[in-house]
Amino acid sequence: MAEFITVGMAGEVPAGEMKTFEINGYAVTVANIDGEFRAFQDECTHQTCSLGEGDIEGSNVICVCHNAEFDIRTGEPQSGPATVAVPVFEVRLEGDDIQVAL
Amino acid sequence: MSGAILIVGANACGQATASGLREGGFDGEIVLVGDEKVAPYERPVLSKEYLQGTRDLERSFLRPGAWYEEQGIDARFGTRVEALDVTSKSAVLDGGDQIGWSQVMLATGIRNRTLDVPGAGSSGIHYLRDVADADRIRSDIEASRRAVVVGMGFIGAEVAASLRTSGIEVTVVEPLETALHRVLGSEFGHVIEGLHAEHGVDMRFGEGVSAFESRPDGCVAAVVTSSGDSIPCDFAVVGIGTIPNTELAEVAGIDHENGILVDAQLHTDAPDVWAGGDVANHDHPLFGRMRVEHFDNAIKMGATAARNMLGAGEVFDDPHWFWSDQYDCSIQMAGHAPEPDEVVIRGEVSSRDFAAFFLVDGVLRQVLGINRPRDVRRSLGLIRSQVSPDPVALSDPDTDLRSLSG
Repeated sequence: MAEFITVGMAGEVPAGEMKTFEINGYAVTVANIDGEFRAFQDECTHQTCSLGEGDIEGSNVICVCHNAEFDIRTGEPQSGPATVAVPVFEVRLEGDDIQVAL
Repeated sequence: MSGAILIVGANACGQATASGLREGGFDGEIVLVGDEKVAPYERPVLSKEYLQGTRDLERSFLRPGAWYEEQGIDARFGTRVEALDVTSKSAVLDGGDQIGWSQVMLATGIRNRTLDVPGAGSSGIHYLRDVADADRIRSDIEASRRAVVVGMGFIGAEVAASLRTSGIEVTVVEPLETALHRVLGSEFGHVIEGLHAEHGVDMRFGEGVSAFESRPDGCVAAVVTSSGDSIPCDFAVVGIGTIPNTELAEVAGIDHENGILVDAQLHTDAPDVWAGGDVANHDHPLFGRMRVEHFDNAIKMGATAARNMLGAGEVFDDPHWFWSDQYDCSIQMAGHAPEPDEVVIRGEVSSRDFAAFFLVDGVLRQVLGINRPRDVRRSLGLIRSQVSPDPVALSDPDTDLRSLSG
């Protein structure tokens, strides 16, 4: 079982927003969907753009480089050019700490 | 419903149609026919990452090869549909097979316009449409020092960028006054011209091609411009526009004019015949009749046509988003406003970090983003819902565009 690592504070990721954190040189983006936190690999599986610089719509993250769209609950591509799922990670709140298990 | 659904065109639009049919619960027979020998792939990479050698075909397939079998799709790659009969609802393939269909999707795409000038038959004069074309250009890149690119629309500009990135000396010959002039107009076209100038592209605007000179072995040696200049080169790439592949529809008696004519729901004038992608001249609810040649539009039209084949009755109102990556510059555009009465800028044009919003009667109709992909993304909903945003708020980089949705 992967270890949970504190990446930041809940207040840094308001509802409907995302923020990208680095864990040992690996970029992970945390999104807040109406109070529910989700974590996924920041790098888009299509052409390596940052998903954190994209947008959240519903439960999907949209890569604004080429419109690849992923369901961040599962990582599965939904539309656009990406065909490979983006890795998703367990995330939990410990007090105000956002913790991610890689 | 009985009979197969036939999809003509194993490309982004055709693949999206097949995929949409299965996602929509259609479990009948799907026949996907395309004349290229390989499964559908991302065509946009051909002028960019594929040409630069940073992305191979294997990683560019829209679905892995096994997907077609898993989904029970009868995929016939390397096959042409020779004839379509909309009365008997049948089609004849080039191998002689006859297919009865209940509905058909025409995603026959476009082909390149070619130059008809002396010497045009020399070897080393390339056009770019499919992966085989890209492979031929790549092999010339490896063996060459200098190239001429004819035409500086999106294909010409992207090829020029890829060739420079690969270390080739590039001269561009373009009859209009600047880069991407037809789509971006003069002011923003010059922004892209500046980008290419900084990367060392020699651009000759206001010049056409009058001939190609060739070496004794038949390979192109120089491009002769309309003003008589002779520009030496080891190879040339020509991107001067396209022709929609409407012949199959024409012979079948389907209405066509600059593409296959479809209504707002992507239906042609023949019963149970639909069309989408680059070949479709669509009656767009916001922009009027138009035909666009963009990847995102092709897959979205495929998905919509699939839903409509299954009875959704959906109007296709997507605002036509597209991108072009050149060097480290992201160019994105959506919407359609050939004659705006106001253009609002957000950011800095001179530093190539801006969005331009095109308003018609106060309504946001088009957006261009240079290194501003998120602004473009957030404008899509605004264009679609035809909002009239406050120009001052629009120009303020601190305004969250989503807050302008009215």
